[in-house]
Amino acid sequence: MTAKTMRGLRAAALTGTLLLGVAQSITGALAADPIKLGVLEDQSGDFAAATIGKVHAIQLAAEEINKAGGIDGRPLELVIYDTQSDNTRYQEFMRRVLQRDKVDAVFAGFSSASREAYRPIVDQLDGFAFYNNQYEGGVCDAHMIVTGAVPEQQFSTLIPWMMEKYGKKVYTLAADYNFGQISAEWVRNIVKEHGGEMVGEDFIPLGVSQFSQNIQNIQKAKPDFVVTLLVGTAQASYYEQAAAANVGLPMASSVNVGQGYEHKRFKPPSLKDMYVTTNYIEEVDSPQSKAFYDKFKAKFPNEPYVNQEAENSYLAVYLYKQMVERAKSTKREDIRKVIAQGDVCMDAPEGKVCIDPKSQHMSHTIYLAHVNADHSIDFPKVWQDIKPYWLGEAGCDLTKSNPNAQYTPSNPPPKP
Amino acid sequence: MRGRAPRPFRACPGPTPSLAGAPLPPRYRRTRPSPNRKAPSPMDVGTLAFSALYQFGDAFAFLVLSACGLAVIFGMMGVINLAHGEFIMCGAYVTVSAAHAGLPLPLAILLGALVAALVGALVEIVVIRHLYERPLDTIVATWGLSLIATQGTLILLGSTMAGVGTPFGSFQVGGYSYSLYRVVLFVAALVVLAALYALFNWTRFGVMARATIQVPHMAAALGVDTRRVYTLTFALGAGLAGLAGGLYAPTMTLVPTMGTTFIMEAFVTVVVGGADVFLGTAPAAAVLAVVKATMTSLYGQLFGQIGLLLAVIIVIRVLPRGLSGFLLRERA
Repeated sequence: MTAKTMRGLRAAALTGTLLLGVAQSITGALAADPIKLGVLEDQSGDFAAATIGKVHAIQLAAEEINKAGGIDGRPLELVIYDTQSDNTRYQEFMRRVLQRDKVDAVFAGFSSASREAYRPIVDQLDGFAFYNNQYEGGVCDAHMIVTGAVPEQQFSTLIPWMMEKYGKKVYTLAADYNFGQISAEWVRNIVKEHGGEMVGEDFIPLGVSQFSQNIQNIQKAKPDFVVTLLVGTAQASYYEQAAAANVGLPMASSVNVGQGYEHKRFKPPSLKDMYVTTNYIEEVDSPQSKAFYDKFKAKFPNEPYVNQEAENSYLAVYLYKQMVERAKSTKREDIRKVIAQGDVCMDAPEGKVCIDPKSQHMSHTIYLAHVNADHSIDFPKVWQDIKPYWLGEAGCDLTKSNPNAQYTPSNPPPKP
Repeated sequence: MRGRAPRPFRACPGPTPSLAGAPLPPRYRRTRPSPNRKAPSPMDVGTLAFSALYQFGDAFAFLVLSACGLAVIFGMMGVINLAHGEFIMCGAYVTVSAAHAGLPLPLAILLGALVAALVGALVEIVVIRHLYERPLDTIVATWGLSLIATQGTLILLGSTMAGVGTPFGSFQVGGYSYSLYRVVLFVAALVVLAALYALFNWTRFGVMARATIQVPHMAAALGVDTRRVYTLTFALGAGLAGLAGGLYAPTMTLVPTMGTTFIMEAFVTVVVGGADVFLGTAPAAAVLAVVKATMTSLYGQLFGQIGLLLAVIIVIRVLPRGLSGFLLRERA
């Protein structure tokens, strides 16, 4: 008897809940269908230190946008997965966000290996992805928008400046995967163009943390400065070990400090005279930068550092908002028509940035950050509005054709 | 029951003074041959010999210190501890926290080892103890522990920790300057090996531990508290891992995944040295250090790693029992 009543009650309750749920989803859909943004970033593993801030930056931007009425009246909904610094996770989750979660766009990737792991899936499933990270350049793919800086922005500025200040003998210490190899090629070319000499190159597998032999190689080659393109937290051990062995050479980098805030993690003066070209770090002293930093710290008070990629991710959300509102659509081809007009720009925390229609990369303000002996930062030079010109000049024009390829100086786009 | 004649633990040869396969001078890869190489003068030969010795000692210390904790637990108990890297991380984190709190570095390192040992004892009592009859299950259990420890540290303590800086500064030999702390690490590796030898040969605990490992029933019948011996042995292994973490903490980046950078070297050393239980570790580390230092010096870091892995492949192929056969024999 009681059991029967209970069963009846339960059935009634269940029906009620179901009905309520359906009703809610219908009214919700009527009010405003959310725009879904997939976020695939490494929140654990070797790269986590540099990338947790990217997720937080996206959350911050989404919260601000939703408070101000969403994108074209529609709320922005984030679908976040932890890719664990693992390339296969990127492939798995990229399929999931595009096929199951049916997101409108995906913000994905830190390491170039992970980007090249997921990019064929984005192409195959006809998705739309933002890579909000500095990298070795050359991706000519209409499915991708790159908001990070590229070698012509980071090395064409940094290397000649370093050669003028310290001398023409250069040693490169780079991570041994596509990013490090292609970046080293850029460094090699620029050093040669400016009449310098490469006195050595060492490539380090990811995850290596012991550098005694490399330190000795560098001392033997006697360079004027060392280009460090070390990636991941394990490789960052180099600075401590080089300082302990009293290498004492100036260093130049496109990735360190701006991503892994090594100057905050290691004891001074191990990063003394490190020079980095970056389009943002929290030390940038401008009103927009301060405002961004304060908002970030208000929402995430325990954030250890607001790095370059956090700013790239933050501005990417606002660029996406602008493009969707101007296109009145979330379809990739409609958005690319807006990009083709060539005036998708915004005042980001770093300064003004614009998307280049030919390569779908971004122009940036490039700051030369110098680490002092006490690990404070000063900026000996700032380059305004540096354009991502290489792909366009080399022959990539996404407004005309889409090769879905990555090019390098030694493997440029085929001439028409 | 299968008894074996008690066999004395042999002293490890340690690093041999002869360096027949000593690393040649480094060459630069891919770019161009070395500039203006002159005929070596006696001074250069001395410098080269020292740098070869330094690189060998550096590799040897890293292999010994990474591996000895794993070797004690595997060699004495037949447990493959996949959480080994996380005990190293634990030791490093405790060391650095204590140093930040004002403790002198040597004491902080000892504290790191002690805390790792205590955590090891706890893990043995709560988890490992119940799995001695199921050696393969301990692999899964310790792997799970390692995932929990890495992610738990990330969630509780954040993605990075500020370092303490390497002490002692540098010294100059020939044209090169070297970190003095690296020499300290080499000495520490030798001290650890000597201390382990003394512990297992000359102390009451050592005798009881060896009796327990060889014939557990007989040891128990003679009044040895075998459960306690197992707990202490596991704690010793964990403590050695913590000591490695503490010793390397000043020279490394401090992140929750830092243990993984030790793991490959640790397992390679234990697999190669495994044939003679844990005192195989020292000769194995000496051989592997020569392989690694030579390959790294000649062809770069990638080939150093390849050299280590090739050495393991050869050892597994030549020693027919291999890792699992060896493990099953130990637990039989």
